[in-house]
Amino acid sequence: MSLTLEQVRRVAHLARIEISDVEAHRTLGHLNEIFGLIEEMQAVDTQGIGPMAHAQEVAQRLRADRVTESDQLAQRTAFQAIAPETEGGLYLVPKVIE
Amino acid sequence: MIEYSLQAMATALANKEISSVELTQLYLDRIARHNPPLNAYITVDPARSLAQARAADERLARGTEGPLTGIPIAHKDIFCAKGWLTTCGSKMLSNFVSPYDAAVIARFQAAGAVMLGKTNMDEFAMGSSNETSFYGPVHNPWDDSRVPGGSSGGSAAAVAARLAPAATGTDTGGSIRQPAALCNLTGMKPTYGVISRYGMVAFASSLDQAGPLGRSAADCALLLNAMAGFDERDSTSLDRPIEDYGREINAARTAKPLAGLKIGLPEEFFGDGCSPEVMQLVEAAIGEYRQLGAETVAISLPSMGLAVAAYYVIAPAEASSNLARFDGVRYGYRAPAYQDLNDMYCKSRAQGFGDEVKRRILIGTYVLSHGYYDAYYLQAQRIRRLIANDFASAFQKCDVIIGPTSPSTAFKLGEKAADPVQMYLSDIYTIAVNLAGLPGISIPCGFAGGLPVGLQLIGNYFAEARLLNIAHRYQQANAWHLRRPDGFD
Repeated sequence: MSLTLEQVRRVAHLARIEISDVEAHRTLGHLNEIFGLIEEMQAVDTQGIGPMAHAQEVAQRLRADRVTESDQLAQRTAFQAIAPETEGGLYLVPKVIE
Repeated sequence: MIEYSLQAMATALANKEISSVELTQLYLDRIARHNPPLNAYITVDPARSLAQARAADERLARGTEGPLTGIPIAHKDIFCAKGWLTTCGSKMLSNFVSPYDAAVIARFQAAGAVMLGKTNMDEFAMGSSNETSFYGPVHNPWDDSRVPGGSSGGSAAAVAARLAPAATGTDTGGSIRQPAALCNLTGMKPTYGVISRYGMVAFASSLDQAGPLGRSAADCALLLNAMAGFDERDSTSLDRPIEDYGREINAARTAKPLAGLKIGLPEEFFGDGCSPEVMQLVEAAIGEYRQLGAETVAISLPSMGLAVAAYYVIAPAEASSNLARFDGVRYGYRAPAYQDLNDMYCKSRAQGFGDEVKRRILIGTYVLSHGYYDAYYLQAQRIRRLIANDFASAFQKCDVIIGPTSPSTAFKLGEKAADPVQMYLSDIYTIAVNLAGLPGISIPCGFAGGLPVGLQLIGNYFAEARLLNIAHRYQQANAWHLRRPDGFD
């Protein structure tokens, strides 16, 4: 199989990555080469084989749903100090709802 | 001093032959002199490092030191370190001063080790040559026209040029073992879950694992002792009893230290695809292992050939999900100009990520999208199971699997940069180990055309101490691992 330019644009949109026409053309070529490699998988009969999502066959560890961090205000200040734009403890983004 | 083992450095510090401040300054001076052409470090902060060294000296004076107290260690720039720029080799994080410490960083700090700096790496650990870094490529100390391997290329170049006594790395598809091979180092990827991933910038979470890069197996055992351990903040961290990874290494030396060891030689590692000069040295190393008492058995890993294909579905799928967090809202790069929120996401990500990272996000987004999930993602996970089953069958017949780490010696800068598929194939021998979650180690086994060659040893789950010992016995019998590149006196 091979991808189309339209599919590359669609996937870039889903991934929220702006892509120019020049980049889309170049990316299409690279992705088709990579999918040429990936397609080798399709020749293998894997009927009855259970998918392996993880390296260790262990159940997800659960914990109590409670606050474990201390000094939350200081932590919020530290974490928001590196944000592009904040105000009054909130992250600022362009207006979404008029 | 720069050729001392970590153990010997610790002894010199304990005996007050040298202070941690002096030792740290020695390496800072070496970095100032030799780093510019290599580009191994992204960040060096002498004031911070020396403050840690002074604290280590106080601890040494009190006599409460541990095995690594006062020893400077370089860290791959994928580990968050409080107050340090933590870029992951990306423009996206080029302004990210971490507000917290990764588990690995905190553990080294608790051990009293000194943080020497943050090392260069492929952007978000995606690469096998260290050419995708926003901070420029790293040069191989053995030949500056060649790559050091990747993605932990800065860590490898730093240790090889003796700009650090040891370093940390991470390995998702070979990113510790391959640069170790290309730079004449010993590098280990432990069993998945042994070292906490907390604070380690995520690439492919079911494959990512931190590990040590050092000059010997004995050094790596000391580093692993500091790094390993349960951490409830990483949901995949394994709660196991604490072990001393050097316990087998410390046993007395005998003429046949590996008597009874069964080495499995997979036919898939010894066919086409590996350069003859690499294969010749791998064969010679296997011969040496026989002299140390080991016997060899032929084994097969029939699904090995599919590992790269399955990996380039699974790793990008997980990456596309993990890297969705970089949206220009809470931290990291935000585009200077945009129309609305969606445009801010799209432009910040387009400008903040490099080409290889974008490619992998796009592959991942595609294979997870409606209509393609079963054919790609699920099929890749089924092949992952076949690969893990192959290893399980193999370990019925042998104790350790040996083969090449990389199919070639270090390639030229730029040689594979424009051809992603060729780049991906440089990890053909390492990727399957990550898919199965097994421990693997690369050790130096000689030189071809003046360039180092690595031997890969793969063990069963949790066989780190044994693997390190098998590597150590080889290193007791020869001196390949002690060679240092010219020009770094």
